[in-house]
Amino acid sequence: MAGSNTINITSPRWLLAELSYKCPLQCPYCSNPLDYAKYPNELSTDDWKRVLSQARKMGAVQLGFSGGEPLTRQDLPELVGYARELGYYSNLITSGYGLTEEKIIELKQAGLDHIQVSIQASSQELNDHLAGTTTYQHKQEVARLVKKHGYPMVLCVVIHRQNIHQMSEILAMAESLGADYLELANTQYYGWAHINRDALLPTREQFAEAEKIAQAFKEKVAGKMKIYYVVPDYYEDRPKACMNGWATTFLTIAPDGTALPCHSARELPGLDCPNVNDFSIEQIWNESKAFNFFRGTDWMQEPCRSCDEKHKDFGGCRCQAFLFNGDAASTDPVCSKSPERHRIDAAINSARELALSADEKPLVFRNSKNSKQF
Amino acid sequence: MINTETTLRFSPMYRLQWEEAQQKFVILYPEGMVELNQSSAEILKLCDGSRALPAIVAELEQKFATSGLTNDVTNFLNVALQNGWIQHD
Repeated sequence: MAGSNTINITSPRWLLAELSYKCPLQCPYCSNPLDYAKYPNELSTDDWKRVLSQARKMGAVQLGFSGGEPLTRQDLPELVGYARELGYYSNLITSGYGLTEEKIIELKQAGLDHIQVSIQASSQELNDHLAGTTTYQHKQEVARLVKKHGYPMVLCVVIHRQNIHQMSEILAMAESLGADYLELANTQYYGWAHINRDALLPTREQFAEAEKIAQAFKEKVAGKMKIYYVVPDYYEDRPKACMNGWATTFLTIAPDGTALPCHSARELPGLDCPNVNDFSIEQIWNESKAFNFFRGTDWMQEPCRSCDEKHKDFGGCRCQAFLFNGDAASTDPVCSKSPERHRIDAAINSARELALSADEKPLVFRNSKNSKQF
Repeated sequence: MINTETTLRFSPMYRLQWEEAQQKFVILYPEGMVELNQSSAEILKLCDGSRALPAIVAELEQKFATSGLTNDVTNFLNVALQNGWIQHD
């Protein structure tokens, strides 16, 4: 609990409620943990209400209902209604699978503020291949219905080597569906994306080309559509300011009630992430070992410790440091000042070699059968 | 650009709300939040579909017992319009 007594603890603003790990889709870049099948328990409706109340009292205001697929929870409208009463701004982060017009109306009446629909690609064939289900047509229909019922419509497309060549078509699709926001999320390589990285990471040239197209489009639709572009950090020379700093802003609650400072933190060893069945949100946020572990800057090693940018990027991402260096307290290897930067370059080269060769590496799809192997 | 004739309304795509924990008004939208200072919040609260620009200025000048707010209010409302927070009816 390095420095926990000297650090000014801010209160959470963002609550990500992962209602369930169940999902009918099998996207090979899913951010859920590889071994999610080990955690089949789900919080009850009353547990979630308690969590929502406690986090709201501390100042959380943005609420994401996520998963897995949050629509697999039959109590979703009840939780949405409860969140609205508490004053949350509720975001439903969904694949659209199982979302009917009736449900869209029911959720609107319950007080849902917006629906983010993910589409995997701009063509049916690729979308359905990546999702591991036949969903493309339905997703298009859902996007239209979301719009029809007066929600701000956010379209999310995760970008990687299998679909990056479709950038122009993806943008055209977003425009024709009338998206108010388009999230172009370059894959972040954790969990399932990490084990599929060689097949998913685009080359530098592909990124540059796609970014150029997206940038031109952004200018064209300025004032009509907002574009969130999640940067591909492997091609940056400074790390992302992950989570706006550890346990400063974001709180994730996993389906089984485990509280996480970021949705990938379950991968980190030795954190002993607390569970909402044992502690209040206030205890978890302020007092737990896990949430204080990387708070502030006292935990940092060199080159972060003496770096004048440490308050800007907070040393980058702890999960990335662990995945590459085996040490979650080390500098994010994306940083060009990190002595381990060569590991990122090796990953880039490994993916590049596969991209330029005629070989294909089969994707490991996210499903319970595969999850049980981890 | 803001015109002086038609009434202004806060956009249904955004939510304007008092946050007790932060002791300030905020604008909420998909995955984001803007924190407002007091004067911005006072202006936006009057964009309720019943007033055009001159009436908003008059109301504020009366409320704060001052005058000459037209330029400041117009400038801020132009920013708000550009951001999509408000719309003309």
